[in-house]
Amino acid sequence: MRFGVVIFPGSNCEQDAVHAIRHLGMQADYVWHGDTDLAGYDALVLPGGFSYGDYIRCGAVARFSPVMAEVVRFAERGGPVVGICNGFQILAEAHLLPGALLRNRGLKFICTTVDLRAEESACQWLDRAPGTVLRVPINHNEGNYICDEQTLERLQGNGQIVLRYCEPDGSRAAGGSAPNGALDDIAGICNERGNVFGLMPHPERVVDPLSGGTDGQHFFTAIARRLAEVS
Amino acid sequence: MARFEIHVTYKKGIFDPPGATAERALVNLGYEEVASVKIGKYIQLEVADGTSETRVREMCDKLLANPVIEDYRIERVGEA
Repeated sequence: MRFGVVIFPGSNCEQDAVHAIRHLGMQADYVWHGDTDLAGYDALVLPGGFSYGDYIRCGAVARFSPVMAEVVRFAERGGPVVGICNGFQILAEAHLLPGALLRNRGLKFICTTVDLRAEESACQWLDRAPGTVLRVPINHNEGNYICDEQTLERLQGNGQIVLRYCEPDGSRAAGGSAPNGALDDIAGICNERGNVFGLMPHPERVVDPLSGGTDGQHFFTAIARRLAEVS
Repeated sequence: MARFEIHVTYKKGIFDPPGATAERALVNLGYEEVASVKIGKYIQLEVADGTSETRVREMCDKLLANPVIEDYRIERVGEA
């Protein structure tokens, strides 16, 4: 099981991702954004950071990095791809996932740990029972997920909403539980097939117990188990 | 060179946090007549003579604006 972790100019969470994957006993390599050969990788991670300084819009320039054409091909063939934080923004800009991520509603950069509820979804990157609450850090300025009404209905109907921000008991506050104002408390979504997954929280930071939690392990082990089953 | 000016704004119904903050601040400063502030982007583009508006539109759709959340307006402001 070999993960490729893509580095764009301005990525800054690639080491955390590689450490997390290796900590779980799997292989991970860095992939430079100028590379176009993804042969040998079973899964890809687009890590967090500030690719291209977040200029124009977060992810808008990274989306055209040479590696991205290959990432799109990889995803279209059913290869598992996860975009974390800035990686999610890149996947949305690349139209691999619907919608967009706007400036946080309160205008503040948010750095905290949140409660997330696993939803009933088609996502191949999560194997927790619906309703399970996971504690995972967030660290972003543009995490306010938005999409039009038809898209939201489609996401809900297809089981594409993977994670929602919630209260510690798994419930959702009447005024919304998303600290960034995200529509429908959406923290993570996947494509219809479930192989492409984008989320604002950082599971890679809660894999090694030394960093304060292990709830992030599920995402990496879920995809590994899934790949082992199909191969 | 031909010059274009491009205004990028959020689509109707998309919440604009910087605009809403400026709006509240202006009202707090005593400008009670302020009803709405929207903050967008202004882009000056210089391109080779004869570049068509269609081509500029393509640049907007691909990179300068995100059609999922933003509208844009292109204006040709003459040859530089």
